[in-house]
Amino acid sequence: MTAGPWKMESQRSYFGRALVDLGRRNPNVVVVGADTTESLKSIDFGKAFPDRFFQLGIAEPNMISVAAGLAAAGKIPFATTYSVFGSAHTYNVIRQNVAYTNLNVKIFCSHAGLTVGPDGATHQINEDIGLMRGIPRMTVLVPADGPETARAAEAAAGMKGPIYCRFSRTNVPTVTSDQDGFAIGKARTLRDGSDVTLIGCGLMVARCLEAAQALERERVSARVINLSTVKPLDLPMIDRAARETGRIVTAEEHTVVHGIGAAVAAAIAVNHPVPVAMVGVQDVFGESGEAEELLRKYGLTAEKIVDAVHDLLKRGDRRK
Amino acid sequence: MVEVTEELIAALKRKAVTLRKHIVRMTHNVQSGHPGGSMSACDIVTALYFHVLRVDPKNPTWPDRDRFVLSKGHACPVWYAALAERGFFPVEELMTFRKLNSRLQGHPEFGTTPGVENAAGAEGQGLSFSVGLALAARMDHKAWRTYCVLGDGEQDVGQTWEAAMAASKYGLDNLTAFIDRNGIQQEGRTEDIMPLEPLRNKWEAFNWHVLNIDGHDFRQILAAIEEAHRTRGRPTVIIARTVKGKGVSFMENKIKYHGAATSDDELKLALAELEGMEASM
Repeated sequence: MTAGPWKMESQRSYFGRALVDLGRRNPNVVVVGADTTESLKSIDFGKAFPDRFFQLGIAEPNMISVAAGLAAAGKIPFATTYSVFGSAHTYNVIRQNVAYTNLNVKIFCSHAGLTVGPDGATHQINEDIGLMRGIPRMTVLVPADGPETARAAEAAAGMKGPIYCRFSRTNVPTVTSDQDGFAIGKARTLRDGSDVTLIGCGLMVARCLEAAQALERERVSARVINLSTVKPLDLPMIDRAARETGRIVTAEEHTVVHGIGAAVAAAIAVNHPVPVAMVGVQDVFGESGEAEELLRKYGLTAEKIVDAVHDLLKRGDRRK
Repeated sequence: MVEVTEELIAALKRKAVTLRKHIVRMTHNVQSGHPGGSMSACDIVTALYFHVLRVDPKNPTWPDRDRFVLSKGHACPVWYAALAERGFFPVEELMTFRKLNSRLQGHPEFGTTPGVENAAGAEGQGLSFSVGLALAARMDHKAWRTYCVLGDGEQDVGQTWEAAMAASKYGLDNLTAFIDRNGIQQEGRTEDIMPLEPLRNKWEAFNWHVLNIDGHDFRQILAAIEEAHRTRGRPTVIIARTVKGKGVSFMENKIKYHGAATSDDELKLALAELEGMEASM
């Protein structure tokens, strides 16, 4: 895998097409929306299958519980909205009506993280991964790009149980290919390396690949893992990375308080302690700005990943 | 539905007393739980489980069964009592209510208790869940119906009204809601905590077909359900005036028995009253 220039593509467009495709193949797939369906492209499903599409207005708690009721009667509902509404605003509904009830509800949300951009901090949720991975029975997916978002939707429809999936509003570099496949619970090594492992999710996977290429020029060999399933964690792959490369850097468009960095660090501390550095949003809210400007201001860049690797290299070698 | 005979009414009344005895015993046994709101909803639940609902205790997940959703999850003692008496699980199991390793959790858990259709405890989610069920039945052209019992305290919850809008948007005439209007919530009278009246006008404004009944009169309960079945193009809400703690004189209308069990002495008095009622039938 070489770093860029990649095609910039919309995860929402891939998601919209995937839903229509799923709808064609499985009559039990239904979609509920909350006045954001044009934005999510879930409206395409509504146009193709008007009898299986429910526009429920700006009432996300109701949307989640309606999805739960549909699932209890055998449907496979995709609940679609923005991440801030599909996680934080509806947290206890998801907890009681979806996860505790153990229903086959797929919550697919765009507009995750800082790159929502000019809408500002009210819409830039950097806490959803942590909220969702804390709920028992919940599977949490963070696809890296458009094609992987489509594969995540497909895999979600084929798995029984509650799923939360978050992706971006902004176009993101396409770094995966169809040959990569997608299995829930399996991380994927995009590039091998022996000095450090960069574990990223979402749009930070591309930045990990860029960082790996920059490190290569310094003769530092960086492995890159796409952690598209945050829960359940692919523990064997993380454990192997810790043993074989001795250093881990995580990268996420999410708070480091309880995101993938925290999840990976906890797993490593228990199984095979090696130094870990986390690139992500610190314990702060975002602000208005363009997506790229925000990523730079809040330190979510390939350069910051490289800096983190340099810091770890100074701490010596822990490989065993 | 079969004709409403004197014999049917008498049988339902006897069953309701049996359920009330279970409720008082179960909550006394564990010294916790919510007897008051279980007893106020008892006649509605009895009418549904022992006359209206098409359910099969031998096959609790029969796909074409009617769905009963208890939105006011704290009233689960009446649900468990009805399910046990209807044969979904042994009556003796009722005494495990709220105990460690029991299938009868303090608030309903889906998938654990045979016959329980929804998890509830956090208020205000049940009607939305029922909307999802009713939409699914309609999509599949199925005749099964969804019945949802809400508390009046739950009328405070915003999501209840989100669900009310969605149900009328989709004209869900296969959905019937009951409001157990006992007038008392955890900390006091509903009209002091958060005034609900005019409640009928609120539901009418949300385009529901609204019926007001005495929630302890079986003839009125059954007639209202019949009318809901006949109503086309709109969901029906039956606002049932009830008495919290109904059936035991010293528990009736007492805020205390929302979330408190009887003492040993009170249990004896309560059972004596209920048994007296049974004997006079």
